[in-house]
Amino acid sequence: MLEETGIPEAGKIEEKLPSRERLEQGPVAVFECFTEIPCDPCYYSCPLEAIAEFQDINDLPELDFEKCTGCGQCITNCPGLAIFVLDYNYSEEEGVVRIPYEYSPLPEEGEIVLALDRGGEVAGEARVERVQYAEKQDRTAVIWLAVPKEQVLIVRNFKRMED
Amino acid sequence: MEKCELAIVGGGPAGLAAALKARELGLKEIYLLERDNFLGGQLVKQTHQFFGSHKQFAGIRGIDIAEIFKDKLEDQPEIQALKGAVAQGYYEDDVLGYSYRGKFFKLKPEKTILATGASEKMLSFPNNDLPGIYGAGAVQTLMNQYGIIPGEKILMIGAGNIGLIVAYQLLQAGIEVEAVIEATGIIGGYAVHASKIRRAGIPILTYHTIKEARGDEEVESAVIQKLNENWQPVPGTEQEMEIDTICLAVGLTPKVDLAIQAGCQMAYVAELGGDVPVRDENLQTSNSRVYIAGDSAGIEEATAAILEGELAAASAAGEIFPGNSAIAQERREIKEKLADLRRGPVGEHIRRGLARVRRNQNAGRDRYTRSWKN
Repeated sequence: MLEETGIPEAGKIEEKLPSRERLEQGPVAVFECFTEIPCDPCYYSCPLEAIAEFQDINDLPELDFEKCTGCGQCITNCPGLAIFVLDYNYSEEEGVVRIPYEYSPLPEEGEIVLALDRGGEVAGEARVERVQYAEKQDRTAVIWLAVPKEQVLIVRNFKRMED
Repeated sequence: MEKCELAIVGGGPAGLAAALKARELGLKEIYLLERDNFLGGQLVKQTHQFFGSHKQFAGIRGIDIAEIFKDKLEDQPEIQALKGAVAQGYYEDDVLGYSYRGKFFKLKPEKTILATGASEKMLSFPNNDLPGIYGAGAVQTLMNQYGIIPGEKILMIGAGNIGLIVAYQLLQAGIEVEAVIEATGIIGGYAVHASKIRRAGIPILTYHTIKEARGDEEVESAVIQKLNENWQPVPGTEQEMEIDTICLAVGLTPKVDLAIQAGCQMAYVAELGGDVPVRDENLQTSNSRVYIAGDSAGIEEATAAILEGELAAASAAGEIFPGNSAIAQERREIKEKLADLRRGPVGEHIRRGLARVRRNQNAGRDRYTRSWKN
């Protein structure tokens, strides 16, 4: 259970995912935000108004997957680092998971790393496809991890080989 | 003896916000006494982005919020912000004594806001006095203020927000965190903080406690043990972990010494972290000259402390300028923001605590109030 281990249970994750059809259409954000806490920066970060306006600052964000283009603006605006962008059809074989990352040094583009699941277990190897670290991201990098398609819903972190 | 309109004790988020709001509302003689040689209080150690409302400071890192406050303060020469000024006592004639640069000063403020923060709780276990056992605040001070790592392999005790955040900061500093253990059955901190360290591979073990620390000159290992649902140790579940540092994040206690000296009626309210002054919804204590704000009013978090600082300042200003409708309006707006912040499920215990401390008859036992003020 999330409250006992920090790992959200499968059913909870399921509720936050777009339909299979939408997932296959292109990049889309998922909000792994499960508890009502007073927090609303994601709403203001979305340039497409794809996040429903908060009636109460404690509301959970509700994303309109049809409006979301997976631009990723929200990723670094989430203080909880709970937003990921999934691009299931990045290539024929691979999908990409975009992950908020606040460790240094940052990985290199092209580097092979160990992909980790929500429990920190190694899920396999992944390739760092892109490292976004612009000033407006306020010291939260976004790492694009290329993983086998079936791992797009599983991989949420990584560690570097030398670690 | 110097006189002033408002004295604020404590230059953390509540005190800084109080000083700026008091100035904005027209007060001209404001003293801000900060014990440390820097302003910002705990903000200067908070490297993570804050939650809360976008209209306040959500999404901004604590360290940057401290800078924002300091910049604003520099534009306000009417605020005497004294760093390294230690409040020594609040006397019966409402004189505040403080030491500053080796001398003792007396100040007679019309109003005083106590924003003195909190101190960390200790935990009893064998060998808890070995070198290598720290409070989470001390670990943050070492790492985030002075760039010193406290150890190389750490056991974190307590899975509230502080335990989870400091565990994350330790990982960011390249330190191994063996586990976060938590005596209750539930992770007390925000799930997003827990998930962040869990996906980095750090186990969070609920219903676990520390049985003892081991080591000759310093911590060499810790024995942890499972607890059952009645919080009794389960025999045979002891597990020894090789670590060199134990970090305690087992809660905070409001610092209320000055409030007690000021004769404020006190109450023990568990939800707020211990003995706190009884206060009205404007944060005025039973000593009408004294207001309380931030963690010293009840353990919460920095966004609430900022708003409470502003509310206390608006309340004090409202009494110094009676009948000023703009100030009354300001006060209402701050109270609404505070209510918004506390409305959700995570604010439930704070709401319960505040309900008790605002109604004397339901408040906890007063162990302190002296008769001379009543």
